[in-house]
Amino acid sequence: MFSEDLKKNIKDSLFTGLIALALFFPIVGLRTEIQKEGLYIDPQWGLTALLVILCTVGRFLINLNISRKRKIIFVSDFTSNLSKFFSGKGKQFAITGILFATVFPFLPFTDRYILDIGIMVLTYIMLGWGLNIVVGLAGLLDLGYVAFYAVGAYSFALISTTFGMSFWACLPLAGIFAAFFGILLGFPVLRLRGDYLAIVTLGFGEIVRIILINWYDLTNGPDGISGIPRPTFFGLEFTNNPKEGTEAFHTFFNLEFSSIHKMIFLYYVILVLALVTNYFTLRIRRLPVGRAWEALRENEIACKSLGVNPTNTKLTAFAIGAMFGGFAGSFFATKQGFISPESFTFIESAIIVAIVVLGGMGSQTGVVLAAVFLIGFTEVFRELEQFRMIAFGLAMVLIMLFKPKGILANRQPTITLHGTKK
Amino acid sequence: MEYFIQQTVNGVTLGSIYGLIALGYTMVYGIIGMINFAHGDIFMVGAFIALISFIIFGLTGIALPIVLLLVLLISMFFTACYGWTVEKLAYKPLRGSFRLAPLISALGMSIVLQNFVQVAQGARAKALQPLITGRLEFFKDSEFVVIVSYLQIFMVLLTFALMVLFTYLITKTDLGRAQRACEQDKTMAALLGINVDRTISVTFILGSALASVAGMMFVLYYGVIDFHIGFLAGIKAFTAAVLGGIGSLPGAMLGGLIIGLIETMWSGYISVEYKDVAAFSILVITLIFFPTGLLGKPDIEKV
Repeated sequence: MFSEDLKKNIKDSLFTGLIALALFFPIVGLRTEIQKEGLYIDPQWGLTALLVILCTVGRFLINLNISRKRKIIFVSDFTSNLSKFFSGKGKQFAITGILFATVFPFLPFTDRYILDIGIMVLTYIMLGWGLNIVVGLAGLLDLGYVAFYAVGAYSFALISTTFGMSFWACLPLAGIFAAFFGILLGFPVLRLRGDYLAIVTLGFGEIVRIILINWYDLTNGPDGISGIPRPTFFGLEFTNNPKEGTEAFHTFFNLEFSSIHKMIFLYYVILVLALVTNYFTLRIRRLPVGRAWEALRENEIACKSLGVNPTNTKLTAFAIGAMFGGFAGSFFATKQGFISPESFTFIESAIIVAIVVLGGMGSQTGVVLAAVFLIGFTEVFRELEQFRMIAFGLAMVLIMLFKPKGILANRQPTITLHGTKK
Repeated sequence: MEYFIQQTVNGVTLGSIYGLIALGYTMVYGIIGMINFAHGDIFMVGAFIALISFIIFGLTGIALPIVLLLVLLISMFFTACYGWTVEKLAYKPLRGSFRLAPLISALGMSIVLQNFVQVAQGARAKALQPLITGRLEFFKDSEFVVIVSYLQIFMVLLTFALMVLFTYLITKTDLGRAQRACEQDKTMAALLGINVDRTISVTFILGSALASVAGMMFVLYYGVIDFHIGFLAGIKAFTAAVLGGIGSLPGAMLGGLIIGLIETMWSGYISVEYKDVAAFSILVITLIFFPTGLLGKPDIEKV
């Protein structure tokens, strides 16, 4: 009655269902709840059954598609079209993007909340661009990038609260500190191979966080640092009652006081910082050091035999990436006015890595798309907060399976010998 | 002196947990050359399954040794399912992809597992009442009494028994031979009629089962678990695997013991707050100065 294929398919789907049952039965089906007398089990049979049925039916449908030789249909087509669409249009996209970003605060639908999301997305774009130098160009998987973000934030917070220096004076210092940390970490570890490097950088990120929590005298431990000064517009403060002898922004420009001015100003600060990062990356890719990064990423042994010093080259990538992380960190500190070690956990690093990986390692446009998608959309669907990280993780796995070079693959070297470009 | 003995006892107990997890890392690395980043979370899933089974069997009133055995088998089975599925879904299709691809996929899988358990089981830490009570006391005359609980003895004995069983499995059975063959040369092994895919699956199943035993011991020993325990334990176990020489099975166990001892000694004599820093520092130092570890073979890079 059934064809051979269908029989096989049904068998396979039922097997999948069985596995799904084994997976979901204990963890989903038997939910532990806390009571005064101890733990008790709150069975969730309906949910378990639903998940198992979903897996079985899903497997059946996928099998059906594969047996009809219509391979993984949608995703890969869509992304390759997307990359075709963007390839060669980098400039148009950039100009549209920058124009949109510039007028964004004055668009009619932009309120405080949306502006806040905009600032957050831009922060992540900047972090993504910074990390892209390390991961995308130099091919070093850095899972502890948040350490440099933290170093930037803390050095700005400490310098400004201790010595009373302004945001603009501290910004380069924070960048230098972070770059210094990058070199400090990079020096011993950059001789390691790719996957070891990833784990060691992860360990480094955790060490920095543990030190921030425990070095109470300097960092105020888990309580964090508060009262970080806000940035000023050429010395004009964004408050209703400025300090003695200074003028506030709204009185100088004869405006009604509104807290949104500060937000708009912060938005432009991070926009400029992010664009500087991008411009820097685009330019440095064409310098010898940038080419050496890409060459190292493609083949380290060949590079060594051609006289490129891998440790020094990687070290520059690491330091420059760290510096931009530090800039972003000090912006974060001044925007929040308060920082604590809780903001710099591993999950933050994972999100930044996810942005770079999903966007396509080495693609500047990809980072923007991934950041808007991952941060912006998940921020809008706040109620689904819990499922956000699951979706993140799944997206990382799926991208590796179907599109290992990222949504917008841009792994071609910036420069090739004439005639060898395929 | 008594204090030192006490710390040693605690360190060996902790070390057996790390050692069992480290075996999973080292086996997977040995056979497919990837760092299974999600292994720490497999351990966490194992701990949760053990906790749930303990609650269920706690209601039935069966004798304790039988409960322990049942929980052991149940958590091994279900956790092995997780390990198998993770390999099939996230790693197998990536064989032959670029070097960082499996690592990124593993990172994603780790995030998925953590948050899946958080959503399914709730974010709050779950506490279990101690099941194995009773203890032995030594040096009763001195001012510091050394305590060895029955639980600690049980854990060390169980680890030892598993090690013996495991060594037998790897050195004497067909399965172990196939596994060692795949480790050396997958193509050649396939030519000689070994099902390489199946061998790799079995490796993941074995590794996950051992991790689930570690999870069960963790539940019994600490009594409190949450969805986040896999991260730190995973990193430390990975450190243990690297320290012992990644790819070497006795090395993983030895590395686990050393990490356990260093951690307890560090907390006992230097500072509790920085005990995790100690583990990470060992990882960095090992990788930089003797990347082959204590019992590992040097890794020759070929063009």
